[in-house]
Amino acid sequence: MADGSGSGRVTLSGVVLAALILILIIASLYLFIAQPYWFPVLASEHGGRIDSLFMAVLVVTGIAFVLVQGALGFFIARYGENGGERASYWHDNPKAEAFLLIGTAVILTVLVFMGQRVWASIYFSDEPANATEIHVTGEQFSWTFQYAGQDGQFGRTDNKLITSTNSVGLDREDPVGKDDVVSANIMHVPVGKPVRVRLRSKDVIHSFFLPNLRVKQDAVPGMGIEIWFTPTRAGQYEIACAELCGLGHYRMRAFLTVDESQDAFNKWMEEAAKQ
Amino acid sequence: MSESHVATHHELGFVRKYIFSTDHKVIGVQYMITAMFMAIIGGLLSMLMRYQLAWPQAISPIMAKLFPVSYNGGVMAPEFYISLVTMHGTIMVFFLFTAVLTGGFGNFLIPLQIGARDMAFPFLNALSYWVFLLSCIVIFAALFVASGAPMGGWTAYAPLSAVPNAAPGQSTGMTLWITAIALFAVSGLMGGLNYITTILTMRTKGLSMMRLPLTQWSLLITSILGLLAFPVLLGAGILLLFDRMGGTSFFIPAGIIMNQVPLDHSGGHPLLWQHLFWFFGHPEVYIVVLPAMGMASDILSTFCRKPIFSYRMMVYSMVAIAVLSFIVWGHHMFVSGMNPFLGSVFTLTTLLIAVPSAVKTFNWLGTVWGARIRFTPAALFALGFVSMFVSGGLSGIFLGTSAADIQL
Repeated sequence: MADGSGSGRVTLSGVVLAALILILIIASLYLFIAQPYWFPVLASEHGGRIDSLFMAVLVVTGIAFVLVQGALGFFIARYGENGGERASYWHDNPKAEAFLLIGTAVILTVLVFMGQRVWASIYFSDEPANATEIHVTGEQFSWTFQYAGQDGQFGRTDNKLITSTNSVGLDREDPVGKDDVVSANIMHVPVGKPVRVRLRSKDVIHSFFLPNLRVKQDAVPGMGIEIWFTPTRAGQYEIACAELCGLGHYRMRAFLTVDESQDAFNKWMEEAAKQ
Repeated sequence: MSESHVATHHELGFVRKYIFSTDHKVIGVQYMITAMFMAIIGGLLSMLMRYQLAWPQAISPIMAKLFPVSYNGGVMAPEFYISLVTMHGTIMVFFLFTAVLTGGFGNFLIPLQIGARDMAFPFLNALSYWVFLLSCIVIFAALFVASGAPMGGWTAYAPLSAVPNAAPGQSTGMTLWITAIALFAVSGLMGGLNYITTILTMRTKGLSMMRLPLTQWSLLITSILGLLAFPVLLGAGILLLFDRMGGTSFFIPAGIIMNQVPLDHSGGHPLLWQHLFWFFGHPEVYIVVLPAMGMASDILSTFCRKPIFSYRMMVYSMVAIAVLSFIVWGHHMFVSGMNPFLGSVFTLTTLLIAVPSAVKTFNWLGTVWGARIRFTPAALFALGFVSMFVSGGLSGIFLGTSAADIQL
């Protein structure tokens, strides 16, 4: 009615559009609940906290998604034009606005604090004393892993000593460096023991990405960046480069083997030292 | 009795009327046509990517004939794929979105919606278009240089972009890329200056700021963002050119070995490029989306046949988004090697910017509630925009939470 007393009409366009939104909601719910494609298997300690944080954010945003898209779809279906009827007139509603604004801010603040606890536990905590230290060097297009060897000290490396067989420039004359183990594209760590990684790059920015362990850190030339993590599941996992580094970025892979025992790890170290 | 003075000028010739015109509508249409042409190019590039992903083993004799170097033997070379990624991203973000929304719609709509005869600086307006066209020609040329199209990604991180022999295509192609972006920045600065002056000083009598259509508010705020952000990109691009050609080391540290040859640079830091680029890059994405939000608000309220819900809050939230957009750039750099403490700071500001965005979304919903919707194509676009912005905006919560972003 032209006096504004009608209540809108359910129109064909409105129903079709609302149906499309409903399909969007259902498809999204299916993908995030049934999880046909999901994260790779978890293999680290802090990764569990990251996954929990992700689930918390997913639940919050999922509820918001269903409510907001659902409301939009409902309004679209419900409030189609009806001849010359006038739309309901309001230009604001301060109470509703205040409620929604404060509610959103509160929910987001809670998420910030939850996220910060996880971030702090990864970056603002020092690794335990028994961590295995590994120096990881990225270059176009391979990863090289240097272990300290029996003496527990890393040998000197120098750019001038870099050759095709000595890609990190390890000084074998250095008494401390004699027993260092240098491995190309194969990394081993024992399960359950923390690992400290010092990342370096020889040329462009690379990124040390262990999807199963929820570890990612850029290797920036001119910087030595340290991170630490604890593998919790034995197995073989991919190490990928996660920052475009040139022609061979797509094939810059290495493999991490988490050994099921300290003995298995020691055995690999002995084998690797011989090479 | 006053004599009316009619300015008698002879009719403009075809070239001055339709090609080198200073009329805002003609310039707006020129922007749109050029941007649509770039959209076709960018779309073709994405189709090539999708074709490669769908059938990686397929041999294509047609492509081998068209691009003999990149399609050696009918199979796409890896460097060409990365170039496609780079060029598609660059062309779509700059030469399509920014150009069509601010350049195209901005030029066309501003004088019309504020009751002005033309923009404040019509000649500068025309100049901004022709510099934009020049930048399109340069970026198009970058696709065809003999040494290969640039492959640094649209973000062009150093040292990959700063050292010419870091990858195929990073020599002449990359230089042309930087030049095109620099020209685009200059065009954007000229346009932004024009829009702000026009909207602030040439509104018709009685049109106060709080009576402006939201499209105008969005274009004003976008132009302010542009004036503050594009100079940073321009500066970063110039520094990058100096590193590449002038022997400087703004972004290149000591000790780099490229293709087994040690480089003679020292003192630079790759993260400087990232900070400069993203300090521009984050406001840039708001430069892209704010005009769309403003237009969607106006279109939605028209076809819902009721005023936009809470016009005042819509204006305030656009201003809040613009201000906050300058303090969130680090969320592109959580694992870049910057101090992890900054990761905490940027998570806070990023989730903070979600609040005005949520306010706008609720206001769009409030506009549709109780409406009498007429489902025209424009209305469908505006409604679809709201739905898509909900999906996209919620994904920002995941990416803004630094710890979750590690994996993503």
